[in-house]
Amino acid sequence: MELHELSLTEAAKGLAAKTFSSREMTEAVLRRAAAKNATTHAYVLLTEDEALRQADEADHRRARQGEQSPLDGVPIAVKDNILVAGVPATAGSNIIKDYVAPYDATVVARLRRAGAVIVGKTNMDEFAMGSSSETSCHGVTRNPWDAEKIPGGSSGGSAAAVAEGSAIAALGSDTGGSIRQPAAMCGVVGLKPTYGRVSRYGLIAMASSLDQIGPITKTVDDAAAMLGAIEGQDPMDSTSLPLAAESKLPEKLPAKIKGLRVGLPKEYFVGGMEPGVEAAIKEAIETLRGLGADIKEISLPHAEYALAVYYVLMPSEVSANLSRFDGIRYGHRVAGASLEETYRKSRGAGFGREVRRRIMLGTYALSAGYYDAYYLKALKVRKLIANDFAQAFTEVDCILTPTSPIPAWNLGEKVDDPLSMYLADIYTVSVNVAGVPAISLPCGFSAGLPVGLQLIGRHFDEKTILSAAKAYEAAADWRAKNPLPTN
Amino acid sequence: MSLTPADISGIAKLARLELSEDEAETFRHQLSSILKFVDKLAEVKTDDVEPMSHVVPVHNVWRTDEAEPCSPATRDAVVKAFPDKEGELLKVKSVF
Repeated sequence: MELHELSLTEAAKGLAAKTFSSREMTEAVLRRAAAKNATTHAYVLLTEDEALRQADEADHRRARQGEQSPLDGVPIAVKDNILVAGVPATAGSNIIKDYVAPYDATVVARLRRAGAVIVGKTNMDEFAMGSSSETSCHGVTRNPWDAEKIPGGSSGGSAAAVAEGSAIAALGSDTGGSIRQPAAMCGVVGLKPTYGRVSRYGLIAMASSLDQIGPITKTVDDAAAMLGAIEGQDPMDSTSLPLAAESKLPEKLPAKIKGLRVGLPKEYFVGGMEPGVEAAIKEAIETLRGLGADIKEISLPHAEYALAVYYVLMPSEVSANLSRFDGIRYGHRVAGASLEETYRKSRGAGFGREVRRRIMLGTYALSAGYYDAYYLKALKVRKLIANDFAQAFTEVDCILTPTSPIPAWNLGEKVDDPLSMYLADIYTVSVNVAGVPAISLPCGFSAGLPVGLQLIGRHFDEKTILSAAKAYEAAADWRAKNPLPTN
Repeated sequence: MSLTPADISGIAKLARLELSEDEAETFRHQLSSILKFVDKLAEVKTDDVEPMSHVVPVHNVWRTDEAEPCSPATRDAVVKAFPDKEGELLKVKSVF
Protein backbone atom coordinates (compact mmCIF):
# COMPACT_ATOMS: atom_id res chain seq x y z
CA MET A 1 0.00 0.00 0.00
CA GLU A 2 1.25 3.49 -0.79
CA LEU A 3 1.53 5.95 2.08
CA HIS A 4 -1.43 8.10 0.98
CA GLU A 5 -3.67 5.02 1.00
CA LEU A 6 -3.12 4.30 4.69
CA SER A 7 -5.77 4.87 7.32
CA LEU A 8 -4.98 7.09 10.30
CA THR A 9 -4.57 4.03 12.53
CA GLU A 10 -2.23 2.36 10.02
CA ALA A 11 -0.28 5.60 9.61
CA ALA A 12 0.12 5.90 13.40
CA LYS A 13 1.52 2.35 13.54
CA GLY A 14 3.98 3.00 10.71
CA LEU A 15 5.12 6.26 12.29
CA ALA A 16 5.53 4.62 15.70
CA ALA A 17 7.55 1.76 14.16
CA LYS A 18 9.59 4.34 12.17
CA THR A 19 8.72 2.46 8.96
CA PHE A 20 8.35 5.94 7.47
CA SER A 21 8.61 9.49 8.73
CA SER A 22 5.92 12.15 8.98
CA ARG A 23 7.80 14.09 6.29
CA GLU A 24 7.61 11.11 3.90
CA MET A 25 3.94 10.62 4.66
CA THR A 26 3.14 14.32 4.32
CA GLU A 27 5.04 14.55 1.03
CA ALA A 28 3.12 11.54 -0.30
CA VAL A 29 -0.21 13.13 0.65
CA LEU A 30 0.80 16.50 -0.86
CA ARG A 31 1.89 14.76 -4.09
CA ARG A 32 -1.46 13.02 -4.20
CA ALA A 33 -3.29 16.32 -3.65
CA ALA A 34 -1.28 18.00 -6.42
CA ALA A 35 -2.11 15.15 -8.80
CA LYS A 36 -5.82 15.00 -7.98
CA ASN A 37 -6.84 18.58 -7.34
CA ALA A 38 -7.19 19.51 -11.02
CA THR A 39 -9.89 16.82 -11.34
CA THR A 40 -11.69 16.67 -8.01
CA HIS A 41 -10.82 20.09 -6.57
CA ALA A 42 -11.09 18.79 -3.01
CA TYR A 43 -8.85 21.60 -1.75
CA VAL A 44 -9.23 25.34 -2.04
CA LEU A 45 -5.80 25.83 -0.46
CA LEU A 46 -2.80 23.60 0.26
CA THR A 47 -0.43 24.87 2.94
CA GLU A 48 2.57 22.81 1.80
CA ASP A 49 5.42 24.70 3.47
CA GLU A 50 3.72 24.92 6.82
CA ALA A 51 2.65 21.25 6.57
CA LEU A 52 6.23 20.11 5.91
CA ARG A 53 7.47 22.27 8.78
CA GLN A 54 4.93 20.62 11.09
CA ALA A 55 5.91 17.18 9.74
CA ASP A 56 9.59 17.82 10.54
CA GLU A 57 8.63 18.97 14.02
CA ALA A 58 6.63 15.76 14.50
CA ASP A 59 9.61 13.68 13.38
CA HIS A 60 11.89 15.52 15.81
CA ARG A 61 9.38 15.11 18.62
CA ARG A 62 9.22 11.37 18.01
CA ALA A 63 13.00 11.06 17.83
CA ARG A 64 13.40 13.00 21.09
CA GLN A 65 10.49 11.74 23.16
CA GLY A 66 9.41 8.40 21.72
CA GLU A 67 5.72 7.44 21.80
CA GLN A 68 3.26 10.12 20.71
CA SER A 69 -0.52 10.52 20.25
CA PRO A 70 -2.01 8.50 17.34
CA LEU A 71 -2.45 11.76 15.39
CA ASP A 72 1.15 12.88 15.76
CA GLY A 73 2.64 13.56 12.34
CA VAL A 74 -0.50 12.50 10.44
CA PRO A 75 -1.62 14.78 7.56
CA ILE A 76 -5.14 16.08 8.15
CA ALA A 77 -7.35 18.41 6.07
CA VAL A 78 -9.66 21.08 7.50
CA LYS A 79 -12.94 22.29 6.02
CA ASP A 80 -12.72 25.91 4.94
CA ASN A 81 -15.29 27.15 7.49
CA ILE A 82 -12.99 26.17 10.39
CA LEU A 83 -10.32 28.73 11.37
CA VAL A 84 -6.61 27.95 11.13
CA ALA A 85 -4.59 30.95 12.34
CA GLY A 86 -2.79 32.81 9.57
CA VAL A 87 -4.55 30.84 6.81
CA PRO A 88 -7.52 32.10 4.73
CA ALA A 89 -10.96 30.90 5.87
CA THR A 90 -13.46 31.66 3.13
CA ALA A 91 -16.33 29.25 3.88
CA GLY A 92 -16.64 29.14 0.09
CA SER A 93 -18.04 32.67 -0.02
CA ASN A 94 -17.04 35.76 -1.98
CA ILE A 95 -18.01 37.92 0.99
CA ILE A 96 -14.96 36.67 2.96
CA LYS A 97 -12.82 35.44 0.07
CA ASP A 98 -9.81 37.44 1.33
CA TYR A 99 -10.35 36.86 5.03
CA VAL A 100 -7.37 35.45 6.93
CA ALA A 101 -8.19 33.70 10.21
CA PRO A 102 -6.69 35.58 13.19
CA TYR A 103 -6.81 32.56 15.55
CA ASP A 104 -7.21 28.78 15.66
CA ALA A 105 -10.57 27.13 16.15
CA THR A 106 -10.56 25.05 19.33
CA VAL A 107 -10.68 21.83 17.27
CA VAL A 108 -7.64 22.99 15.28
CA ALA A 109 -5.74 23.93 18.45
CA ARG A 110 -6.55 20.45 19.79
CA LEU A 111 -5.38 18.76 16.57
CA ARG A 112 -2.14 20.73 16.83
CA ARG A 113 -1.76 19.71 20.47
CA ALA A 114 -2.09 16.08 19.32
CA GLY A 115 0.67 16.74 16.78
CA ALA A 116 -1.42 16.54 13.60
CA VAL A 117 -0.04 18.05 10.39
CA ILE A 118 -2.54 20.40 8.76
CA VAL A 119 -2.25 20.09 4.99
CA GLY A 120 -4.85 22.54 3.75
CA LYS A 121 -8.41 23.81 3.54
CA THR A 122 -11.12 21.84 1.75
CA ASN A 123 -13.90 23.04 -0.50
CA MET A 124 -17.51 23.24 0.62
CA ASP A 125 -20.90 24.66 -0.25
CA GLU A 126 -20.97 28.37 0.52
CA PHE A 127 -21.33 28.77 4.30
CA ALA A 128 -22.05 25.01 4.43
CA MET A 129 -25.44 25.53 2.79
CA GLY A 130 -25.95 22.72 0.34
CA SER A 131 -25.79 18.99 -0.25
CA SER A 132 -23.57 18.96 -3.34
CA SER A 133 -20.49 21.21 -2.90
CA GLU A 134 -21.50 23.12 -6.03
CA THR A 135 -22.11 26.57 -4.52
CA SER A 136 -18.56 27.48 -3.47
CA CYS A 137 -17.04 30.70 -4.81
CA HIS A 138 -14.00 28.55 -5.69
CA GLY A 139 -15.98 26.32 -8.06
CA VAL A 140 -17.36 22.79 -7.69
CA THR A 141 -15.74 19.70 -6.14
CA ARG A 142 -16.13 16.40 -8.01
CA ASN A 143 -16.61 12.87 -6.70
CA PRO A 144 -13.37 10.79 -6.77
CA TRP A 145 -15.41 7.74 -7.83
CA ASP A 146 -16.90 9.50 -10.86
CA ALA A 147 -15.90 13.01 -11.85
CA GLU A 148 -19.31 13.69 -13.43
CA LYS A 149 -20.97 13.27 -10.03
CA ILE A 150 -21.20 15.54 -7.02
CA PRO A 151 -19.21 14.47 -3.92
CA GLY A 152 -22.14 15.33 -1.64
CA GLY A 153 -22.04 18.29 0.68
CA SER A 154 -21.53 20.50 2.29
CA SER A 155 -18.22 18.95 3.46
CA GLY A 156 -17.65 17.57 -0.07
CA GLY A 157 -14.00 18.64 -0.21
CA SER A 158 -13.12 16.90 3.06
CA ALA A 159 -14.89 13.68 1.98
CA ALA A 160 -13.29 13.71 -1.48
CA ALA A 161 -9.83 14.38 0.02
CA VAL A 162 -10.07 11.40 2.38
CA ALA A 163 -11.52 9.14 -0.35
CA GLU A 164 -8.78 9.97 -2.86
CA GLY A 165 -5.97 9.89 -0.27
CA SER A 166 -5.04 13.55 -0.43
CA ALA A 167 -5.60 13.60 3.34
CA ILE A 168 -5.42 10.74 5.82
CA ALA A 169 -8.39 12.19 7.71
CA ALA A 170 -10.33 15.46 7.69
CA LEU A 171 -12.58 17.71 9.73
CA GLY A 172 -16.05 18.57 8.49
CA SER A 173 -19.08 20.29 9.96
CA ASP A 174 -22.62 18.92 10.05
CA THR A 175 -25.78 21.01 10.45
CA GLY A 176 -28.24 18.69 8.67
CA GLY A 177 -26.03 15.93 7.28
CA SER A 178 -23.00 17.79 5.92
CA ILE A 179 -20.46 15.30 7.32
CA ARG A 180 -22.45 12.08 6.88
CA GLN A 181 -23.94 12.59 3.42
CA PRO A 182 -20.67 13.42 1.58
CA ALA A 183 -18.93 10.63 3.54
CA ALA A 184 -21.61 8.25 2.24
CA MET A 185 -21.32 9.52 -1.33
CA CYS A 186 -17.51 9.27 -1.35
CA GLY A 187 -17.38 5.85 0.35
CA VAL A 188 -15.74 6.93 3.61
CA VAL A 189 -16.70 7.21 7.29
CA GLY A 190 -18.29 10.36 8.73
CA LEU A 191 -19.23 11.02 12.36
CA LYS A 192 -21.51 13.76 13.63
CA PRO A 193 -20.94 13.87 17.36
CA THR A 194 -23.60 14.64 19.97
CA TYR A 195 -24.49 18.34 20.14
CA GLY A 196 -22.28 19.72 22.90
CA ARG A 197 -19.50 17.12 22.62
CA VAL A 198 -17.18 19.19 20.39
CA SER A 199 -16.53 22.93 20.70
CA ARG A 200 -17.62 25.09 17.77
CA TYR A 201 -15.37 28.03 18.72
CA GLY A 202 -13.74 29.10 15.46
CA LEU A 203 -16.33 27.42 13.24
CA ILE A 204 -18.03 29.97 10.98
CA ALA A 205 -21.54 29.53 12.33
CA MET A 206 -24.44 28.47 10.14
CA ALA A 207 -27.28 27.34 12.44
CA SER A 208 -25.99 27.31 15.99
CA SER A 209 -28.57 25.02 17.58
CA LEU A 210 -27.70 22.33 14.99
CA ASP A 211 -24.01 22.77 14.01
CA GLN A 212 -21.40 20.21 15.11
CA ILE A 213 -17.81 19.60 13.99
CA GLY A 214 -16.74 16.02 13.39
CA PRO A 215 -14.30 13.74 11.57
CA ILE A 216 -14.35 12.25 8.07
CA THR A 217 -12.04 9.24 7.95
CA LYS A 218 -11.24 5.98 6.16
CA THR A 219 -12.19 3.70 9.06
CA VAL A 220 -14.31 3.63 12.20
CA ASP A 221 -11.22 3.40 14.44
CA ASP A 222 -9.90 6.54 12.73
CA ALA A 223 -13.14 8.38 13.51
CA ALA A 224 -12.85 7.37 17.17
CA ALA A 225 -9.23 8.57 17.30
CA MET A 226 -10.16 11.93 15.75
CA LEU A 227 -13.12 12.37 18.11
CA GLY A 228 -10.87 11.60 21.08
CA ALA A 229 -8.53 14.38 19.99
CA ILE A 230 -11.10 17.13 19.38
CA GLU A 231 -13.87 16.50 21.96
CA GLY A 232 -14.41 18.03 25.37
CA GLN A 233 -15.75 21.12 27.06
CA ASP A 234 -14.39 24.49 26.02
CA PRO A 235 -14.99 27.77 27.88
CA MET A 236 -15.14 29.50 24.47
CA ASP A 237 -18.30 27.56 23.48
CA SER A 238 -20.87 27.70 26.26
CA THR A 239 -22.95 24.95 24.61
CA SER A 240 -20.09 22.45 24.99
CA LEU A 241 -20.50 20.08 27.92
CA PRO A 242 -18.10 18.19 30.20
CA LEU A 243 -17.71 14.54 29.24
CA ALA A 244 -19.05 12.13 31.85
CA ALA A 245 -16.82 9.13 32.58
CA GLU A 246 -19.28 6.72 30.96
CA SER A 247 -19.33 8.80 27.74
CA LYS A 248 -15.58 8.58 27.19
CA LEU A 249 -14.30 6.27 24.50
CA PRO A 250 -12.16 3.33 25.63
CA GLU A 251 -8.48 3.34 24.66
CA LYS A 252 -9.16 0.50 22.25
CA LEU A 253 -12.61 0.56 20.66
CA PRO A 254 -14.27 -2.88 20.88
CA ALA A 255 -16.06 -4.33 17.82
CA LYS A 256 -19.31 -5.13 19.54
CA ILE A 257 -22.74 -5.86 18.14
CA LYS A 258 -23.88 -9.23 19.56
CA GLY A 259 -27.12 -8.72 21.43
CA LEU A 260 -27.28 -5.06 20.49
CA ARG A 261 -30.84 -3.91 19.84
CA VAL A 262 -30.92 -2.13 16.47
CA GLY A 263 -34.09 -0.25 15.50
CA LEU A 264 -35.39 0.20 11.97
CA PRO A 265 -37.82 3.14 11.92
CA LYS A 266 -40.82 1.92 9.95
CA GLU A 267 -41.49 5.46 8.69
CA TYR A 268 -38.14 5.39 6.83
CA PHE A 269 -38.61 2.05 5.12
CA VAL A 270 -41.67 2.81 3.02
CA GLY A 271 -40.14 3.56 -0.34
CA GLY A 272 -38.39 6.62 -1.69
CA MET A 273 -35.03 4.84 -1.69
CA GLU A 274 -33.19 4.28 -4.93
CA PRO A 275 -33.26 0.46 -5.56
CA GLY A 276 -29.46 0.07 -5.36
CA VAL A 277 -29.40 1.92 -2.03
CA GLU A 278 -32.29 -0.18 -0.71
CA ALA A 279 -30.57 -3.44 -1.72
CA ALA A 280 -27.28 -2.41 -0.06
CA ILE A 281 -29.07 -1.40 3.16
CA LYS A 282 -31.08 -4.64 3.27
CA GLU A 283 -27.89 -6.65 2.82
CA ALA A 284 -26.22 -4.67 5.61
CA ILE A 285 -29.17 -5.40 7.91
CA GLU A 286 -28.74 -9.12 7.20
CA THR A 287 -25.01 -8.87 7.92
CA LEU A 288 -25.79 -7.23 11.28
CA ARG A 289 -28.37 -9.90 12.06
CA GLY A 290 -25.77 -12.56 11.22
CA LEU A 291 -23.41 -10.88 13.70
CA GLY A 292 -25.98 -11.34 16.44
CA ALA A 293 -27.72 -7.96 16.43
CA ASP A 294 -31.33 -7.97 17.55
CA ILE A 295 -33.07 -6.13 14.69
CA LYS A 296 -36.40 -4.56 15.68
CA GLU A 297 -38.93 -2.38 13.96
CA ILE A 298 -39.49 0.90 15.80
CA SER A 299 -41.54 4.01 15.18
CA LEU A 300 -40.53 7.66 14.98
CA PRO A 301 -44.07 9.02 14.54
CA HIS A 302 -43.04 12.60 13.75
CA ALA A 303 -40.30 11.64 11.30
CA GLU A 304 -42.22 13.06 8.36
CA TYR A 305 -42.08 16.54 9.93
CA ALA A 306 -38.32 16.63 10.55
CA LEU A 307 -37.46 18.19 7.19
CA ALA A 308 -40.07 20.90 7.61
CA VAL A 309 -38.81 21.66 11.13
CA TYR A 310 -35.25 21.80 9.80
CA TYR A 311 -36.10 24.07 6.89
CA VAL A 312 -37.70 26.56 9.29
CA LEU A 313 -35.16 26.49 12.16
CA MET A 314 -32.01 26.34 10.02
CA PRO A 315 -32.77 29.36 7.78
CA SER A 316 -34.03 31.33 10.80
CA GLU A 317 -30.72 30.81 12.57
CA VAL A 318 -28.85 31.44 9.31
CA SER A 319 -30.53 34.80 8.86
CA ALA A 320 -29.44 35.85 12.34
CA ASN A 321 -25.91 34.36 12.23
CA LEU A 322 -25.07 35.80 8.82
CA SER A 323 -26.15 39.31 9.77
CA ARG A 324 -22.53 39.76 10.94
CA PHE A 325 -21.40 39.71 7.30
CA ASP A 326 -22.27 43.29 6.47
CA GLY A 327 -19.01 44.63 5.04
CA ILE A 328 -18.14 46.54 8.23
CA ARG A 329 -15.61 44.68 10.37
CA TYR A 330 -14.28 42.17 7.86
CA GLY A 331 -14.94 40.80 4.43
CA HIS A 332 -16.04 42.42 1.23
CA ARG A 333 -17.35 46.00 1.46
CA VAL A 334 -19.22 47.71 -1.38
CA ALA A 335 -19.55 51.35 -0.34
CA GLY A 336 -23.01 52.91 -0.69
CA ALA A 337 -24.35 56.44 -0.13
CA SER A 338 -25.61 55.53 3.34
CA LEU A 339 -24.71 52.92 5.95
CA GLU A 340 -27.80 50.90 5.09
CA GLU A 341 -26.98 50.98 1.40
CA THR A 342 -23.46 49.76 2.23
CA TYR A 343 -25.01 46.78 4.04
CA ARG A 344 -27.39 46.02 1.17
CA LYS A 345 -24.79 46.30 -1.54
CA SER A 346 -22.07 44.41 0.34
CA ARG A 347 -24.41 41.56 1.20
CA GLY A 348 -26.09 41.53 -2.22
CA ALA A 349 -22.72 41.29 -3.98
CA GLY A 350 -20.96 39.01 -1.49
CA PHE A 351 -23.50 36.23 -0.85
CA GLY A 352 -24.31 33.58 -3.43
CA ARG A 353 -27.79 32.56 -4.45
CA GLU A 354 -28.46 29.70 -2.01
CA VAL A 355 -27.22 31.77 0.91
CA ARG A 356 -29.46 34.70 -0.04
CA ARG A 357 -32.39 32.30 -0.50
CA ARG A 358 -31.95 30.92 3.02
CA ILE A 359 -31.47 34.37 4.57
CA MET A 360 -34.70 35.48 2.88
CA LEU A 361 -36.56 32.40 4.11
CA GLY A 362 -35.29 32.80 7.68
CA THR A 363 -35.99 36.53 7.75
CA TYR A 364 -39.55 35.80 6.68
CA ALA A 365 -40.03 33.00 9.25
CA LEU A 366 -38.84 35.30 12.05
CA SER A 367 -40.71 38.42 10.93
CA ALA A 368 -43.61 39.95 12.84
CA GLY A 369 -46.83 38.06 12.19
CA TYR A 370 -45.13 34.84 11.05
CA TYR A 371 -42.88 34.04 14.02
CA ASP A 372 -45.53 31.96 15.83
CA ALA A 373 -46.69 30.09 12.74
CA TYR A 374 -43.20 29.11 11.61
CA TYR A 375 -40.40 29.48 14.13
CA LEU A 376 -42.29 28.84 17.36
CA LYS A 377 -44.28 26.02 15.76
CA ALA A 378 -41.06 24.40 14.51
CA LEU A 379 -39.52 24.60 18.01
CA LYS A 380 -42.54 22.74 19.38
CA VAL A 381 -42.47 20.03 16.73
CA ARG A 382 -38.73 19.77 17.41
CA LYS A 383 -39.59 18.74 20.96
CA LEU A 384 -41.92 16.02 19.62
CA ILE A 385 -39.17 14.70 17.33
CA ALA A 386 -36.68 14.64 20.23
CA ASN A 387 -39.31 12.80 22.32
CA ASP A 388 -39.69 10.21 19.53
CA PHE A 389 -35.96 9.47 19.70
CA ALA A 390 -36.01 9.34 23.50
CA GLN A 391 -38.90 6.87 23.37
CA ALA A 392 -37.21 4.75 20.67
CA PHE A 393 -34.03 4.58 22.74
CA THR A 394 -35.95 2.92 25.60
CA GLU A 395 -36.56 0.02 23.18
CA VAL A 396 -33.31 -0.11 21.19
CA ASP A 397 -29.63 0.82 21.59
CA CYS A 398 -29.16 2.36 18.17
CA ILE A 399 -31.18 3.18 15.06
CA LEU A 400 -30.26 2.19 11.51
CA THR A 401 -31.19 4.09 8.34
CA PRO A 402 -29.60 4.77 4.96
CA THR A 403 -27.53 7.98 5.09
CA SER A 404 -28.99 9.24 1.81
CA PRO A 405 -31.93 7.84 -0.16
CA ILE A 406 -29.94 8.24 -3.40
CA PRO A 407 -26.28 7.88 -4.40
CA ALA A 408 -24.29 10.82 -5.80
CA TRP A 409 -26.20 12.64 -8.52
CA ASN A 410 -24.90 14.40 -11.63
CA LEU A 411 -23.25 17.79 -11.30
CA GLY A 412 -25.80 20.51 -12.03
CA GLU A 413 -28.77 18.17 -11.70
CA LYS A 414 -30.45 19.84 -8.73
CA VAL A 415 -28.97 23.34 -8.62
CA ASP A 416 -32.15 25.06 -9.84
CA ASP A 417 -34.50 22.98 -7.73
CA PRO A 418 -33.72 23.74 -4.08
CA LEU A 419 -36.69 21.81 -2.68
CA SER A 420 -35.66 18.59 -4.43
CA MET A 421 -32.11 19.00 -3.05
CA TYR A 422 -33.55 19.58 0.46
CA LEU A 423 -35.61 16.37 0.25
CA ALA A 424 -32.41 14.30 -0.13
CA ASP A 425 -31.60 15.24 3.50
CA ILE A 426 -34.51 13.17 4.79
CA TYR A 427 -32.48 10.65 6.85
CA THR A 428 -29.88 13.02 8.26
CA VAL A 429 -31.67 16.17 9.47
CA SER A 430 -33.71 14.63 12.28
CA VAL A 431 -30.42 13.65 13.97
CA ASN A 432 -29.40 17.33 14.21
CA VAL A 433 -32.92 18.36 15.22
CA ALA A 434 -32.69 15.91 18.16
CA GLY A 435 -28.98 16.60 18.82
CA VAL A 436 -28.03 12.91 18.93
CA PRO A 437 -24.83 11.42 17.42
CA ALA A 438 -24.75 9.46 14.15
CA ILE A 439 -22.14 7.79 12.00
CA SER A 440 -22.21 7.04 8.27
CA LEU A 441 -20.09 4.19 6.99
CA PRO A 442 -19.75 2.44 3.62
CA CYS A 443 -22.16 -0.47 3.04
CA GLY A 444 -21.75 -1.22 -0.65
CA PHE A 445 -22.35 0.28 -4.05
CA SER A 446 -25.22 1.19 -6.32
CA ALA A 447 -24.16 1.11 -9.97
CA GLY A 448 -20.55 1.75 -8.98
CA LEU A 449 -21.31 4.60 -6.57
CA PRO A 450 -20.81 4.27 -2.81
CA VAL A 451 -23.79 3.81 -0.48
CA GLY A 452 -23.70 4.81 3.19
CA LEU A 453 -25.31 3.24 6.22
CA GLN A 454 -26.26 5.48 9.16
CA LEU A 455 -26.25 4.38 12.81
CA ILE A 456 -27.83 6.81 15.26
CA GLY A 457 -27.15 6.66 19.00
CA ARG A 458 -28.27 8.08 22.32
CA HIS A 459 -26.96 11.46 23.49
CA PHE A 460 -23.22 11.11 24.25
CA ASP A 461 -23.30 7.38 23.44
CA GLU A 462 -20.88 7.52 20.52
CA LYS A 463 -19.23 4.44 22.07
CA THR A 464 -22.17 2.18 21.12
CA ILE A 465 -22.53 3.33 17.51
CA LEU A 466 -18.77 3.32 16.93
CA SER A 467 -18.44 -0.21 18.35
CA ALA A 468 -21.36 -1.47 16.26
CA ALA A 469 -19.99 0.26 13.16
CA LYS A 470 -16.59 -1.31 13.78
CA ALA A 471 -18.13 -4.80 13.98
CA TYR A 472 -20.01 -4.26 10.71
CA GLU A 473 -16.94 -2.77 9.03
CA ALA A 474 -14.83 -5.80 9.98
CA ALA A 475 -17.47 -8.25 8.73
CA ALA A 476 -18.29 -6.48 5.46
CA ASP A 477 -14.74 -5.26 4.81
CA TRP A 478 -15.63 -2.88 1.96
CA ARG A 479 -12.23 -1.28 2.19
CA ALA A 480 -10.47 -4.54 1.23
CA LYS A 481 -13.01 -5.53 -1.43
CA ASN A 482 -13.18 -2.12 -3.00
CA PRO A 483 -10.15 -0.09 -2.17
CA LEU A 484 -10.51 3.64 -2.41
CA PRO A 485 -10.37 4.99 -5.95
CA THR A 486 -6.70 5.08 -6.84
CA ASN A 487 -6.68 6.70 -10.26
CA MET B 1 -48.39 30.21 1.22
CA SER B 2 -47.78 32.24 -1.92
CA LEU B 3 -45.58 35.31 -1.64
CA THR B 4 -46.26 38.53 -3.54
CA PRO B 5 -43.59 40.76 -5.12
CA ALA B 6 -44.27 43.22 -2.27
CA ASP B 7 -43.55 40.46 0.28
CA ILE B 8 -40.23 39.75 -1.40
CA SER B 9 -39.10 43.36 -1.43
CA GLY B 10 -40.20 43.70 2.22
CA ILE B 11 -38.16 40.66 3.27
CA ALA B 12 -35.15 41.82 1.24
CA LYS B 13 -35.30 45.18 3.01
CA LEU B 14 -35.43 43.51 6.44
CA ALA B 15 -32.55 41.22 5.46
CA ARG B 16 -30.47 44.14 4.06
CA LEU B 17 -30.03 42.30 0.78
CA GLU B 18 -29.97 43.91 -2.63
CA LEU B 19 -31.72 41.67 -5.17
CA SER B 20 -32.06 42.12 -8.93
CA GLU B 21 -35.61 42.06 -10.35
CA ASP B 22 -35.00 38.68 -11.96
CA GLU B 23 -33.74 37.25 -8.76
CA ALA B 24 -36.66 38.62 -6.75
CA GLU B 25 -39.07 36.86 -9.10
CA THR B 26 -37.15 33.54 -8.99
CA PHE B 27 -36.98 33.71 -5.20
CA ARG B 28 -40.71 34.50 -5.01
CA HIS B 29 -41.53 31.17 -6.69
CA GLN B 30 -38.88 29.13 -4.89
CA LEU B 31 -39.66 30.52 -1.44
CA SER B 32 -43.39 30.02 -2.03
CA SER B 33 -42.86 26.34 -2.81
CA ILE B 34 -40.58 25.86 0.22
CA LEU B 35 -43.15 27.59 2.46
CA LYS B 36 -45.87 25.39 1.04
CA PHE B 37 -43.75 22.38 2.03
CA VAL B 38 -43.11 23.62 5.59
CA ASP B 39 -46.79 24.54 6.02
CA LYS B 40 -47.37 20.86 6.80
CA LEU B 41 -46.20 21.69 10.35
CA ALA B 42 -49.68 23.12 10.90
CA GLU B 43 -51.03 19.54 10.87
CA VAL B 44 -49.20 18.70 14.11
CA LYS B 45 -51.06 19.25 17.35
CA THR B 46 -48.73 21.16 19.68
CA ASP B 47 -51.06 22.82 22.20
CA ASP B 48 -49.35 21.38 25.28
CA VAL B 49 -45.83 21.18 23.89
CA GLU B 50 -43.01 23.34 25.23
CA PRO B 51 -40.87 24.85 22.47
CA MET B 52 -37.39 23.29 22.40
CA SER B 53 -34.63 25.73 21.56
CA HIS B 54 -31.86 23.58 23.00
CA VAL B 55 -31.36 19.84 22.74
CA VAL B 56 -28.91 19.52 25.62
CA PRO B 57 -29.52 20.68 29.18
CA VAL B 58 -27.48 23.88 29.10
CA HIS B 59 -28.77 26.83 31.09
CA ASN B 60 -27.13 30.12 31.89
CA VAL B 61 -23.39 29.65 31.72
CA TRP B 62 -21.66 32.24 33.85
CA ARG B 63 -18.13 33.51 34.06
CA THR B 64 -16.48 36.42 35.83
CA ASP B 65 -16.91 39.65 33.93
CA GLU B 66 -13.23 40.23 33.27
CA ALA B 67 -11.56 41.11 30.01
CA GLU B 68 -9.10 38.50 28.83
CA PRO B 69 -6.43 39.97 26.59
CA CYS B 70 -5.72 38.27 23.28
CA SER B 71 -2.24 37.91 21.85
CA PRO B 72 -0.80 40.92 19.96
CA ALA B 73 -0.60 38.73 16.84
CA THR B 74 -4.33 37.97 17.00
CA ARG B 75 -5.11 41.64 17.58
CA ASP B 76 -3.00 42.67 14.59
CA ALA B 77 -4.68 40.07 12.39
CA VAL B 78 -8.13 41.35 13.38
CA VAL B 79 -7.11 44.95 12.57
CA LYS B 80 -5.58 43.80 9.29
CA ALA B 81 -8.91 42.25 8.28
CA PHE B 82 -10.78 45.61 8.47
CA PRO B 83 -12.19 46.52 5.03
CA ASP B 84 -11.30 50.19 5.63
CA LYS B 85 -9.31 51.86 8.39
CA GLU B 86 -7.55 54.96 9.61
CA GLY B 87 -4.44 53.99 11.49
CA GLU B 88 -5.61 51.15 13.66
CA LEU B 89 -9.23 52.33 13.76
CA LEU B 90 -12.07 50.73 11.83
CA LYS B 91 -13.54 53.27 9.42
CA VAL B 92 -17.29 53.24 8.72
CA LYS B 93 -19.93 55.60 7.33
CA SER B 94 -21.72 57.77 9.84
CA VAL B 95 -24.78 56.07 11.28
CA PHE B 96 -27.02 59.19 11.26
